[in-house]
Amino acid sequence: MREVAILGIGQTKFGELWDRSFREIGIEAGFAALQEAKLSSQDISALYLGNMASGSFIEQEHIAPLILDYAGLAGHHLPAIRVEAGGASGAVALHQAYLAVASGAHDFVVVGGAEKMTDVPEDVQTDIANASADQEWETVFGATLPSLWALVARRHMHDHGTRREDFARIPVMAHEMGSKNPLAHFRNKITLDQVLEGSPVADPLGVMDCAPASDGAAALVLGPLEVARKYTDTPVRIAASQVACDTLALQHRKDVTTVEATVVAAKAAFQRAKKSPKDVQVAEIHDAYSISALMALEDLGFYAKGAAAKGLSEGEVAFGGKLAINTSGGLKAQGQPFGAVGVAQVAEIVRQLRGEAKDRQVSGAKLGLTHNLGGTGATSVVHLLERAN
Amino acid sequence: MTVARFWRETPRRYNLGGNRCSACTTVYFPPRAVCPTCQKHRQSLGKMEPFTLSGDGEVFSFTLVHEAAEGFEMQVPYVLALIKTTEGPLLTGQIVDISHEEVHIGMRVRAAFRKLREDGRAGVIHYGYKFSPARENGGREAVASPVSQEALARAAARTQGTART
Repeated sequence: MREVAILGIGQTKFGELWDRSFREIGIEAGFAALQEAKLSSQDISALYLGNMASGSFIEQEHIAPLILDYAGLAGHHLPAIRVEAGGASGAVALHQAYLAVASGAHDFVVVGGAEKMTDVPEDVQTDIANASADQEWETVFGATLPSLWALVARRHMHDHGTRREDFARIPVMAHEMGSKNPLAHFRNKITLDQVLEGSPVADPLGVMDCAPASDGAAALVLGPLEVARKYTDTPVRIAASQVACDTLALQHRKDVTTVEATVVAAKAAFQRAKKSPKDVQVAEIHDAYSISALMALEDLGFYAKGAAAKGLSEGEVAFGGKLAINTSGGLKAQGQPFGAVGVAQVAEIVRQLRGEAKDRQVSGAKLGLTHNLGGTGATSVVHLLERAN
Repeated sequence: MTVARFWRETPRRYNLGGNRCSACTTVYFPPRAVCPTCQKHRQSLGKMEPFTLSGDGEVFSFTLVHEAAEGFEMQVPYVLALIKTTEGPLLTGQIVDISHEEVHIGMRVRAAFRKLREDGRAGVIHYGYKFSPARENGGREAVASPVSQEALARAAARTQGTART
């Protein structure tokens, strides 16, 4: 296996992009990444596209060749492959691309992630999102994704003494950072009271605990690390790329207050990179729900089970603290275009490691982590990224 | 959900028909083709035995749902819970026949056969299990009982395709 580097990143604005089509945002992100990498389209030998549900959102399947086509590359007859893993589609697409370059099968590949969610009304968005839970044994009985995470939250509070306000801090921090990100869906700041008093979705979770449905796309260009300097002055090495899976339904997990797929993926990633959680300065963590991010802080190894609440309330996990999370604004404020999330998380860490994050910059960021979940944690993806010096 | 898709699972959703690994005796609901926990993982293929849950259990976690799943819009707010069944498996279902303020972790419940949802005014009505508070000493008439033991046995047999009565 050879070392793999990220040579370029691209990202569209996230939000309600009613005037822009799926294909437009898909190619915008891809071209931006290629341009950064000083590569031409001819240098690319494959496209991996993360997307959860284009068939349901825009009634269009077979979207990988569609994006390839509108990028002007249909004539090159490259393999263009769509990857689906619920909300983790983007990070799993990156994982596939990473393996392709690491193995030597391809030299330069584009990884895209894109979702066009706001063409359908909100209730339809919710139903489509729920399809990443088990339709036969969860949603058919009245479960929704937020209600399943609410069940997790209640049990976490019961077993580990976590308080409502502990996970309510996460969206507050997300909006604080989102206010500094011109690409973010939401750029307003919010208070802890606003989270606690938000209209209820599934108690204890309110509307401010839940990330929005957004349109958006992000892209990366990957290539072998040994030639990376020819294409960029600031290559970022993928120190680890790990995917782990678990039961589809929450009810079949050994312990609902632990996403074991995250524990497994994180352990494998740190082992592979010969690093530990204390080496990480900046992380993008899957905060589709506030509780999912709090639990991830524990499952990734930053805190023991039940101890993340303390880290949050004492300001260790904060911009300017020991560990900065979701400097992009996270899924909550930057936005949640399902397939694009895992790719955009990596793009933000690349900005941090290059020192290009402007007023969101974490000083001295050397090792970054991304964490992308599908459903209630049936898929978990962890990437470790390092400045290649 | 389409008619055929729902109909296929009615023995499970109506009668709590699960199965059990003949090697390690772990109970599964819904039934599984192989035992995921058993050391003899592959050997359990074809050796899973039908096993019907009693419907008894306790609340493991719960939430009051305000933004409904498709087809449940008319029921909001409703209590959704994870139920730890006496036999082991965790089930996802609604808790009914009790004010949501009274629901708590550890509360004893019993499965009830209820209408789950309907596909619009003229659409198919879906039935299955919900849970209601278990009452002591013959208080079962206050709670809709699932179905008779005979019916459960027949359903289990049908599920396995071993006998028809």
